[in-house]
Amino acid sequence: MTTSATGRLPRRRFITFLVAAPTLTVAARLVLDTPPAGAAPKSGGPKPDPATEPTTESDLGTTYVLRVRSDNRVIFESPKADVGQGISTAIAVLLAEDLDARPADIDVTLSDAEGLPGQSVGGSASIRGMWQPARDLAAQARARLITAAAERWSVPANTLWTQDSTVFAPDGRSATYGSLAADAARVSSPAVSTQPKPATQHAVIGTPTAQLEGRDIITGKTIYAMDIGLPGALPTVVARPPTIKGTVASFDDTTARAMSGVVAVTPIPTGVAVSAGTFWEAMRTAEALHVSWGAGPVDAVSDAKVNERLDQAIPPFADPPVLSNYVDGKFEFAFVNHAPMETVCTAADVRAGTAEIWCSSKVPNGARTAVAEVTGLAEAAVTVHVTRGGGSFGRRLYPEAEVEAAQVSQAIGKPVKLMWTRADEMRHGRMRPASHHRMRIVYLANELVSFENLSSAVQLDLGLSPVKDMIDPGYGGYPTIGAAFFALTQVTPYNLGVETKLLNEVPLDFPTATWRSVYSGHNRAAEEIMVDALAKKLGRDPLGLRMELAKTAAAKAVLQKLATAAGWGRTMPAGWAQGIAYHEEYNSKAGCLVEINATNPQAPRVTKAVVVADVGTPVNPSGLKAQFMGSVMDGISTILSAGNHISGGAVVEKSFADFRWARQTDAPLQFDVHLMPPDGGIGGAGELVVPAAAGAVANAYASATGKQAWRFPINS
Amino acid sequence: MPTYKLSVNGKSVTVEAPGDMPLLWVLRDKLGITGPKYGCGVGACRACTSHLNGDEIQPCVVPISACANKRVTTIEGLANGDTLHPVQQAWLDEDVPQCGYCQPGQIMATVALLKRNPKPSDAAIDAIENVCRCGTYCRIRSAIKKVAAQ
Ligand code: FES
Ligand code: FES
Repeated sequence: MTTSATGRLPRRRFITFLVAAPTLTVAARLVLDTPPAGAAPKSGGPKPDPATEPTTESDLGTTYVLRVRSDNRVIFESPKADVGQGISTAIAVLLAEDLDARPADIDVTLSDAEGLPGQSVGGSASIRGMWQPARDLAAQARARLITAAAERWSVPANTLWTQDSTVFAPDGRSATYGSLAADAARVSSPAVSTQPKPATQHAVIGTPTAQLEGRDIITGKTIYAMDIGLPGALPTVVARPPTIKGTVASFDDTTARAMSGVVAVTPIPTGVAVSAGTFWEAMRTAEALHVSWGAGPVDAVSDAKVNERLDQAIPPFADPPVLSNYVDGKFEFAFVNHAPMETVCTAADVRAGTAEIWCSSKVPNGARTAVAEVTGLAEAAVTVHVTRGGGSFGRRLYPEAEVEAAQVSQAIGKPVKLMWTRADEMRHGRMRPASHHRMRIVYLANELVSFENLSSAVQLDLGLSPVKDMIDPGYGGYPTIGAAFFALTQVTPYNLGVETKLLNEVPLDFPTATWRSVYSGHNRAAEEIMVDALAKKLGRDPLGLRMELAKTAAAKAVLQKLATAAGWGRTMPAGWAQGIAYHEEYNSKAGCLVEINATNPQAPRVTKAVVVADVGTPVNPSGLKAQFMGSVMDGISTILSAGNHISGGAVVEKSFADFRWARQTDAPLQFDVHLMPPDGGIGGAGELVVPAAAGAVANAYASATGKQAWRFPINS
Repeated sequence: MPTYKLSVNGKSVTVEAPGDMPLLWVLRDKLGITGPKYGCGVGACRACTSHLNGDEIQPCVVPISACANKRVTTIEGLANGDTLHPVQQAWLDEDVPQCGYCQPGQIMATVALLKRNPKPSDAAIDAIENVCRCGTYCRIRSAIKKVAAQ
């Protein structure tokens, strides 16, 4: 298990250039410098040939474009879907910094599927992807605005300064960016630097900025896919099989067609679609359809079978050396639905030679390909518009609603708006694969000898996730892509001796998915439980032991901060306890401490949570805190109460009534975040805290109850 | 098909709908009022939370026949023109929303709570059952306390 699962990644960089347009427009194009095999990457790489650079709007192709308009609005069409992670605001922060614009003057709109560089969301990679091009574009634009003002006022450009979307001169004159936008469009060689600011001058980056969409959200104006007002689009739902991936054998729609509001009944591969005047009529009719269903691939499978297969997929531990001691653990995690608050929904208008799609997709280009495939249209004939999404957590990497909506619209020759009901999402939606983890830490006297992590999981469907790009086409010698992804991402941050880690996938055909942090949310949480178990066995303090075993100084610094800032070690009443865990991934590090009241072990309450995070350079601290708070709730939910159960090939849960996601009464009363000072690096943050929170909750529960939980969620 | 008269956000409207059609779908699909969100349709998630004659309801489980000649308020009707309701303002000040999909319902539930109980205890806040899948609960609590302290 030493083969690298990664390919050689080409060096990515962007070149920026002016575009001929009525007002200031700058573009950035991605250049990939693939290092020759065996050679170290050359600094700089091949230089772009200006003669081949696009120069007019129609030539832009796959470039990022930043526009400054005469009405003083700055427009950036973002390649990153916003599903609540706040990436649009974070990009506005990057732009505002190097443009010296007010974030509120910037509109970050969601680009259609246009094959833009990095036009996908996954792997907590968005800020890392946008860091350079967004700041480069902004700095290029600012330099031209200053130059235009200098020319207008006949003063040296280097005497001018910028602030709040305005250029100022020492004599008191000022001009808004909007008033300079037309002149700046003609500045081909700026008279001041086009380089982004050094970190020491950052004033917007690192300052909390509230989400720019906030006002629309709280007044009900935000348009999600569910709210698209496509004229004539028929509300459509699909009658789905009783078991996972079941099929339609035959159906009788005589009674259904006579029901109020029904316009069309359309069989599609995944069920029978009903289009009606309202969603309520469509849902009511779908329930009344008489369908004879064919079996699905897992009809004979229930939880017991899943667990048996997962158990069988784990090989035995190696024999421990004589006289050694060891700590063993075995952990079982249930399936977990993504359960985004907004169920998936797509508006589609498929005509003879074109298709137009509105959806919240994290992979709009993949959605476009999928729609082109099912409709038989050329990709160029398919337009995919991206709306804001009501949560994703990985769900919106799978274009199922897009495909179904296109199928129905094409079949009935009318525009449709197709949504999955909550029950559809619960019973047929994607889930984090159920998994088992057997772990052993072996030590001899005071020396840690080895760590074995032998895991199994139901096979993972990575769908269109960009994290696939991290893996060689041949999976780097691993038997499955999931096994390769596990090997690549599951890094234990402690020195535990010789490591043996593997994941065997069990080929049961469930609708699985990359769920926020993919394997880390369960596997790394389990490892953190093991560290606590080791500390207990050795009679050591769990935080002190982690500090001692941590592989890096950065990890120790985060743990140290957690110890001092979060009140680690304070005395708790009986039935209460603290728990901690640590995780690093995406070039970032996080520690989490929780306090739990488990006096009633069936209804525990996490009363306090503290997160310490090192994300390199915090771009928007308010957005980061929001992501960490959400991740803590993910940890609380998946460890304590929320999971999916399988009975006879079907998911048992149907809604938030039985899928017990945390509510206000389960949320910590105190929540604090401490960000480590910027160190110049850029790390991801959207998934980072899930494993640390899950581990901390499990560890706190064990300390409070004196019982090591090994099956999650604990109460379900 | 029967016809119902009701007031929605201060405007009087007449709709033709089967009497058992839930208010949510009358609002969303017939009147184009999309602030109240669908999250489950069975009264469990509370994303649709709105007010009927000033009291909190889940319109996904209230039939239109029960709304005749009554006042419906959705998130769209909460602000007074450009002046936000204090709860909305607190939501902005605390940067509460993540995806935002649950927030119209959270805000309407909070407005109803504060009407019943202007100084809610933590336990009273805990009783808000609206699901936020993004996990914004701590900021929701801060925003509620901020309004209660005004
Ligand atoms: S949609 Fe009304 S409670 Fe869920
Ligand atoms: S903000 Fe996304 S569900 Fe609450």
